[in-house]
Amino acid sequence: MTNIVVLVKQVPDTYSERKLAAGDNTLDREAADAVLDEINERAIEEALVIKEANEGEVTVVCVGPDRANDAIRKALSMGADKAVHVSDEALHGADILQTSKVLAKAVGTVEGVDLIIAGNEASDGRGGAVPAVLAELLGLPQLTHARKVTVEGGTVKVERETADEGITHLEASLPALISVNEKINEPRYPSFKGIMAAKKKPVEKLTAADLGLDGEVGLANAASTVLESAPKPPREAGQRVDDEGDGGVKVAEYLASQKLI
Amino acid sequence: MIDFRLDEEYEALRKTVEDFARSEVAPVIGEFYERAEFPYQLVAKMGQMGLFGLPFPESVGGMGGDYFALCLALEELARVDSSVAITLEAGVSLGAMPLYRFGNEEQRQRWLPRLCSGAGLGAFGLTEPGGGSDAGATRTTAKIVDGEWVINGSKAFITNSGTEITELVTVTAVTGEKPNGHKEISAIIVPAGTPGFTVAPKYSKVGWNASDTRELAFADCRVPAENLLGERGRGYAQFLSILDEGRVAIAAVSVGLAQGCIDECLRYVGERETFGNKIGSYQAIQFKIADMEARTHTARLAYYQAAAKMLRGEPFKKEAAIAKLVASNAAMDNSREATQIFGGYGFMNEFPVGRFYRDAKILEVGEGTSEVQRMLISRELGVGA
Repeated sequence: MTNIVVLVKQVPDTYSERKLAAGDNTLDREAADAVLDEINERAIEEALVIKEANEGEVTVVCVGPDRANDAIRKALSMGADKAVHVSDEALHGADILQTSKVLAKAVGTVEGVDLIIAGNEASDGRGGAVPAVLAELLGLPQLTHARKVTVEGGTVKVERETADEGITHLEASLPALISVNEKINEPRYPSFKGIMAAKKKPVEKLTAADLGLDGEVGLANAASTVLESAPKPPREAGQRVDDEGDGGVKVAEYLASQKLI
Repeated sequence: MIDFRLDEEYEALRKTVEDFARSEVAPVIGEFYERAEFPYQLVAKMGQMGLFGLPFPESVGGMGGDYFALCLALEELARVDSSVAITLEAGVSLGAMPLYRFGNEEQRQRWLPRLCSGAGLGAFGLTEPGGGSDAGATRTTAKIVDGEWVINGSKAFITNSGTEITELVTVTAVTGEKPNGHKEISAIIVPAGTPGFTVAPKYSKVGWNASDTRELAFADCRVPAENLLGERGRGYAQFLSILDEGRVAIAAVSVGLAQGCIDECLRYVGERETFGNKIGSYQAIQFKIADMEARTHTARLAYYQAAAKMLRGEPFKKEAAIAKLVASNAAMDNSREATQIFGGYGFMNEFPVGRFYRDAKILEVGEGTSEVQRMLISRELGVGA
């Protein structure tokens, strides 16, 4: 029996154009289609696989505006059992620390949590810090960047994979927090039966005040401020090399000038 | 007033299949098509998503949805590829649906759970080498000998009949003569691998190349008497009702193909330049695309409405025929215009529009030709009666 909380986030679809809002440099949520972050789908998949093997319950916890309900529905239609949705205008512009505090309180409303699963980083902000901050706030062992997870009895083992360190093997007693990378699994697609069932699954809606965080969160209280932002410059045309028998040399000279060779 | 919005769960299904088609089918289907190879892994994934069980209740392993849910899935698949769409369409509406509709409890429980899961495929053997829409021209025979049906004859153009996961073919056969002198036609379940039942190698086709289509031969093929599907002598009436539904499904496939042409062209006309301008800046291209959109939009409304009548249990023969007629026209016209817009690249197999062009033609033929649809529409209006 393993009770699992999965953190999910609604993000702008990576297929659409993403930008920051002109006024306060926060994410412009209207500018792009909103989807459940793909790394969260993998986190849900991992939770469902563990649940199918060990029984238990999967609860999704989401902090985001009302429309994030669509992302929650998708998680529920994949097979999660219930959801906690923290939605509050006051949270607009919350930074990583505040978001982690909200998540810590929200996870605290779920009883008997054995394991928290997060994606290693969201595809919009790409801070990648929330799992670690949350683990600290909750006093849980953190096993991040997992490409493989095994839960046996009261223990979780992961293969942690990072670009710098290669693969390390970690183990902790439950309760614990893990974050998964994109190699962890291939998430399932929701079936129509799952979609129909999701309509009847409970979603608890909470505000910052419900969690006792009124007045502490939001853009005004963020620890960091985005001063300005500019759109990515358009890609410049490449340099053309005409091959007059010396094309190879010219290419080599170009690469050398860029310190690539 | 009429509300044309999709219910939340139908929209969620549509999005899911759109995502699947874009992420899983689009990157690989071109190669399967080139090699005329059946995409077993994609079909398995479609099975895991529950697509083959969409219109069936959970009691037989289905998803508890309906025929409209199936149509939405077909449209989204066909936006990317028609071979996988037709594999699903035939698997559900021709393979599993007759068993669900006309089978007894034992037959349903024996066959449907595996067909609904996509682990196995069923096929429907109606058309014969000498007769397509003239189903009364059936020459295949089945006679009871020592408590078994002995089947002799052949069937043509049977989808999903020869894959490694094909489990059965339901065949129509002449089982006697009615008092009025007409042929008595019945439907009989023939499990794959039954001695005397052979499937020919795959046809070489103009389109739908990643789907499985074969000719079947029966030579003293024996199956138990209880493999009769539905009532003896009702085979003809049974498959007529299956075909009406199938027309709505083919309309959905056609709308998907027509939409896929638009999707591809919108991308292309914003990139491709001639004479120093994006080709989308030319009215010749704009008008083509506007016509493509108008055809697709009206065809989609036609099949939605036919499906709505079907699900309400009202007669929908005329609406199904109209939907199939206008949608297959839209598919053919759009694929012709799309290949024109793509110019020389439209004639290259590496671009999807060329594949769409080849796949569109059969839509004016399969599940009743466009001429048959016109016959049905005018007959429903009482013309020439």
